[in-house]
Amino acid sequence: MKAIVHIGLKPGVLDPQGKAVADTLGRMGYSEVEAARIGKTIELDLDDGLSTGDAETRVKEMCEKLLANTVIESYRFEISGA
Amino acid sequence: MKTAVIVFPGSNCDRDAQVALAEATGKAPAMVWHKDGTIPDDTDLVMIPGGFSYGDYLRCGAMAANSPVIAQLHAHAERGGYVLGVCNGFQILAETGLLPGALVRNASLNFVCKPQALKVESANTAFTSAYAGKEEVTIPIAHHDGNYMADEATLDTLEGEGRVAFRYADNPNGSARDIAGVLSENGRVLGMMPHPERAIGGHEGGTDGLGLFESLVGAVCGCIG
Repeated sequence: MKAIVHIGLKPGVLDPQGKAVADTLGRMGYSEVEAARIGKTIELDLDDGLSTGDAETRVKEMCEKLLANTVIESYRFEISGA
Repeated sequence: MKTAVIVFPGSNCDRDAQVALAEATGKAPAMVWHKDGTIPDDTDLVMIPGGFSYGDYLRCGAMAANSPVIAQLHAHAERGGYVLGVCNGFQILAETGLLPGALVRNASLNFVCKPQALKVESANTAFTSAYAGKEEVTIPIAHHDGNYMADEATLDTLEGEGRVAFRYADNPNGSARDIAGVLSENGRVLGMMPHPERAIGGHEGGTDGLGLFESLVGAVCGCIG
């Protein structure tokens, strides 16, 4: 069983890395790029014996406690292979 | 006055903290390893030093904030003990929730390392009483993720309750409202990006950091200020 966690900065939180990427893409000729936001993806391999419901509860807890800082970040995740 | 320094893998200002606390209090601090160390029961001040705990993996301070020693830190803070988090120590305190807000990448994306002019917002705190009559002090900064962020309501509360201890005279990292250091609600936990332990009159130059430690000694022993 896998959980894929996506973490991104909340709207309104300055993302200087994203801005640098958008600026560079613009300089490279990709003028259609209006903005870029950088986030991260964390893949968790989970015990196959876990029910999907339990996995969702546990992964949500992991996000709240460690994986995301909810002051500045939001998260979402998908569980697969249950 | 009894002090302790928590040491994480990747802490690199723990020895400077040790020297500064020993000089200010006349007694060597307990050096507490994060994993199996114990904060001595009668500790007055716990210092969380700068560095790159856990290599800044995931987010600065995130892993350290979930270390075994942190439960003891919470207990120390709950019984009204003093806590000083410097640089990475500030990031860790924000991650533990002992202080509000978060520290993110400097707006410039650059690592900044220089003597920094700071405005002392109030000399009416346990950490700043020795700065009475001094509006500005110079204390070194050295960080990549010192951009303090919190929502507007939190920032208003911090300012309204006099919990902004220091502001940058010229904002080096994009911090909201130029905030360089914030206090907890009870005024006993301070997180700051500048390094007072690097300005205590030794080879590193500058003495403006001394006042912070003298203030704490005064607050605990009632001998200064």
